[in-house]
Amino acid sequence: MRSGRGVFTRRALMVMAVQAGVLGALGRRLYNIQTVEGDHLRQLAERNRTSKRLLAPARGTIHDRFGTALADNKVSWRALLMPEETTDIAAVIERFSQIVPLDEHDHARIERDLKHVHKYVPVTLHEFLSWDDMARIELNAPSLPGVLVDVGSTRLYPFQELTAHIVGYVAPPNEDDVAKDTTLSLPGMRVGRAGIEQTQESVLRGDPGSVEMEVNALGRVIGEIDRVEGQQGEDVRLTLDVGLQGKVLEYLGDRVASSVVMDCQNGEVLAMVSTPSFDPSLFDSGVSHAQWNEWANDPRTPLVDKAVSGLYPPGSTFKPAVALGALKAGAVTAQDRFNCPGYFDMGGVRFHCWNRWGHGMVNMRDALKYSCDVYFYEVARRCGMDPIQTVGNSMGLGVKLDIELPHVRSGVIPTPEWRQQHGFHWNGGDTVNAGIGQGFVQVTPLALATYVSRIASGRNVQPHLIRATNDQISSLASLDAAPALDIPQEHMGVVRAGMFAVVNEPHGSAPKARLDLPDVQMAGKTGSAQVRRVSRALRESGHFNSMNLPWEYRPHALFICFAPYDDPRYAVSVVVEHGNAGADEAAPLAKQIMTETLVRDPSNQSRPPGQTVAQKEPDQG
Amino acid sequence: MNAFGFLKSDKRLLRAEPDFRPMARLLQVNWLYVLLVCLLAGVGYIALYSAGGGSAKPFAGPQMVRFGFGLVMMIAVALVSPRILRLVSVPIYLFSIALLGLVLRMGHVGKGAERWINLAGMQFQPSEFAKIGLVLMLATWFHRIGNERMGNPLRLVIPAILTLLPVVLVLKEPNLGTATIIGVIGATLFFAAGMRLWQIVILVAPIPFLGKFIYGHLHDYQKARIDTFLHPEHDPLGAGYNIIQSKIALGSGGMWGEGYLHGSQGQLNFLPEKQTDFIFTMIGEEWGFAGGIAVIGLLIVLTLGATLIAMRSRNQFGRLLGLGIAMDFFLYCAVNLSMVMGAIPVGGVPLPLISYGGSAMLTMMFGFGLLMSAWVHRNERDPGFEDEDD
Repeated sequence: MRSGRGVFTRRALMVMAVQAGVLGALGRRLYNIQTVEGDHLRQLAERNRTSKRLLAPARGTIHDRFGTALADNKVSWRALLMPEETTDIAAVIERFSQIVPLDEHDHARIERDLKHVHKYVPVTLHEFLSWDDMARIELNAPSLPGVLVDVGSTRLYPFQELTAHIVGYVAPPNEDDVAKDTTLSLPGMRVGRAGIEQTQESVLRGDPGSVEMEVNALGRVIGEIDRVEGQQGEDVRLTLDVGLQGKVLEYLGDRVASSVVMDCQNGEVLAMVSTPSFDPSLFDSGVSHAQWNEWANDPRTPLVDKAVSGLYPPGSTFKPAVALGALKAGAVTAQDRFNCPGYFDMGGVRFHCWNRWGHGMVNMRDALKYSCDVYFYEVARRCGMDPIQTVGNSMGLGVKLDIELPHVRSGVIPTPEWRQQHGFHWNGGDTVNAGIGQGFVQVTPLALATYVSRIASGRNVQPHLIRATNDQISSLASLDAAPALDIPQEHMGVVRAGMFAVVNEPHGSAPKARLDLPDVQMAGKTGSAQVRRVSRALRESGHFNSMNLPWEYRPHALFICFAPYDDPRYAVSVVVEHGNAGADEAAPLAKQIMTETLVRDPSNQSRPPGQTVAQKEPDQG
Repeated sequence: MNAFGFLKSDKRLLRAEPDFRPMARLLQVNWLYVLLVCLLAGVGYIALYSAGGGSAKPFAGPQMVRFGFGLVMMIAVALVSPRILRLVSVPIYLFSIALLGLVLRMGHVGKGAERWINLAGMQFQPSEFAKIGLVLMLATWFHRIGNERMGNPLRLVIPAILTLLPVVLVLKEPNLGTATIIGVIGATLFFAAGMRLWQIVILVAPIPFLGKFIYGHLHDYQKARIDTFLHPEHDPLGAGYNIIQSKIALGSGGMWGEGYLHGSQGQLNFLPEKQTDFIFTMIGEEWGFAGGIAVIGLLIVLTLGATLIAMRSRNQFGRLLGLGIAMDFFLYCAVNLSMVMGAIPVGGVPLPLISYGGSAMLTMMFGFGLLMSAWVHRNERDPGFEDEDD
């Protein structure tokens, strides 16, 4: 007979074995998970627990040489909405828009953000709140649950158009920037897109800090674990004098022009103006298509910094370089005289002097004084392009200048080889044309300023804009930092004397540039650069007057100068697009600019009134 | 002391005639086992205190109040005579089936499944109750037919139907985990009641084919659970999230744990359902392997203790009743732990007496009451079936 209890006991023991086995196996599995795989899982847990967020560093500021801020960070306020802190989002947004008007674009963006982010991520309602808006939001806070005002930072350019080309501007980073440097994806980060903002990006940007936070599974911050303060971007101090810059802009007025004021002893750029200009702060929040098209289609090219990117034929301002090249090559001496009958024939082509009656017998100094074209046709023919190019390059023409700006163009001093590289044959007439700075010669206003600085000081000065980074004064700031040029002093003397005569002697070509200051003289050189060949028939008709041409066909007006003549300190270049004649249009501007520069010179300002500087006799060499 | 003597054989007490006075029966209650049950509930209290963020609210306090009720109920049920239990087993079983039918009609939808029913304002899960009903029903049935008649397959047709009925109803809810548990409990009782070996072979052989058939009829979310179990990394933020987070939390506990109330994953809410199904993960994270294995040890003692209690009964009803409850408790533990450790697909099976939840706690305590009744009345013999082997 089967015993019910016996069967049960045997089978219950089997069940117990299974129970103990299963639970034991689970204990074993627990051991594996907690100790064997523990290290790996602990790392995952750490990742679960903490969230690292980067803190945007404050961008370095940009100042002028006296400490006036040219680019600064301004605290800005924006209104955020915490979706999880309100029950009726639509009603809150509706009430908010009654306080701070939101346009359709804003509404669409808010709606999109609300759909895509989690409830605990704030959504921006409105950026760049005014003080009044803020006050109204705070006042209505009880009826705006979930709305909070957040502090951000925007870039401020106090001088707007005045310094736009030099300082540049910042804009939100694009996808390429972010791919290169992921810290740029931080909210509020900006990238320099032009000027100093662009070239000094690495200095100004700084290093982001980070904060490690304990978060829960919903991503909500529970507490802060660790904080690494970032490195604020370094401040940059420019050589610019923003007061002078303003004066220069004022003098240039609504002309399409460019002017550079430079310290001819150390290459510091005191003012660099290009007109017209643009408002750089528009880029911070994004430029509208309409605005962009307006700028891009403007024939006056407001976005282009003409001082470094504008290429112009130098015209007669090139003659000192031709003179120095010919002297250096020994093709002529300063005393050699050539007859100017008003024209110059070569290879069956007649080249005219600007003065159709001619200048008679002229030496180099007088040729510069009168800006005689025939003299320089002859000089160029005698020495050829190579010495002119060599000396011109050493003077800063036709070479890339190492200034801290983007899009710096080098210009060109043409030679037969250069012409051949471009697939053309060089004619003798090309040399003759280049002798008076026409034809293929092209320079920038900055190059002209560098060139006249080097003539004035005899030093190989390098134009630069940065005086100090984080209060570390640049090594270029010293007055004797630049080495002497490899050009004999007597050659320089002839050219300087010629330039002195241009301004100060009777019958000089630019009497309007003579300074009104009691004891300071300026030396300069005019230039008028044709943008269109004048037809022979028109010239010979005797009715040629460039003032009758349409604006865009008129010659450019140029002037270069330095002062004081006996102890050169400042150099100025002025280019007025389609300004017609350098002597009439550019020279008076240069005089105003140089006067202002001299008046602003700290040594003049500290001088007691009434006392005058002893005047030296100009070197007539 | 007989109170602590369930492992010893006390001939004098075993031979004693049962005393039906309530006080005498109260003394017969196995107080050591009651103590172990209280210990487990104590573990639950401590764990829920941590799950509540270091506070008795909102989990630990209410849970203890329910345990208090459950404990009183357990003792009360322990004093009920098996004869009465057998009488009420059929109504209880039918009532539980009726509730299952009701939940299908008007059940409260929770987590994609109809499982809950509102009974006098209390959330109630009829499938929990159905397990107890089935255990009572089968124990009564097999008690009536006795071991001798188990050889007749026709005698097994009705209990098989009685088992399959709740299984199918729970499966329709659909609650795969509980349906499986009910089925395994029923099968164990068939097995322990003395089912012949050849019958077992005939029944077990077609299971693989049945499994395939069932998988074909599973709901998508159930299939998804099986798929995520097999490849949790495919869906780390979806259905696989629970398993991955659970393992991460356990792993970060290490050997000695991160300290009570200092489990980062649990306290920071990375753990889903940490107060209910995943309470063991929280324990493992904060107390480490040392604490986790201690809890598992306690579960083993309670499981084997319940099975031993069943073995000590001198009547078939008490034995099967005890084993059914032991299996119920064991399967809860095994399924929950396997789920938490990623060994089987996730299903809503709580860890008994530790997980937060009223109906699971009360039905479990009711079950423990039945178990204790089997112990208290262990010396009642089957009429006409004298045991000779002790």
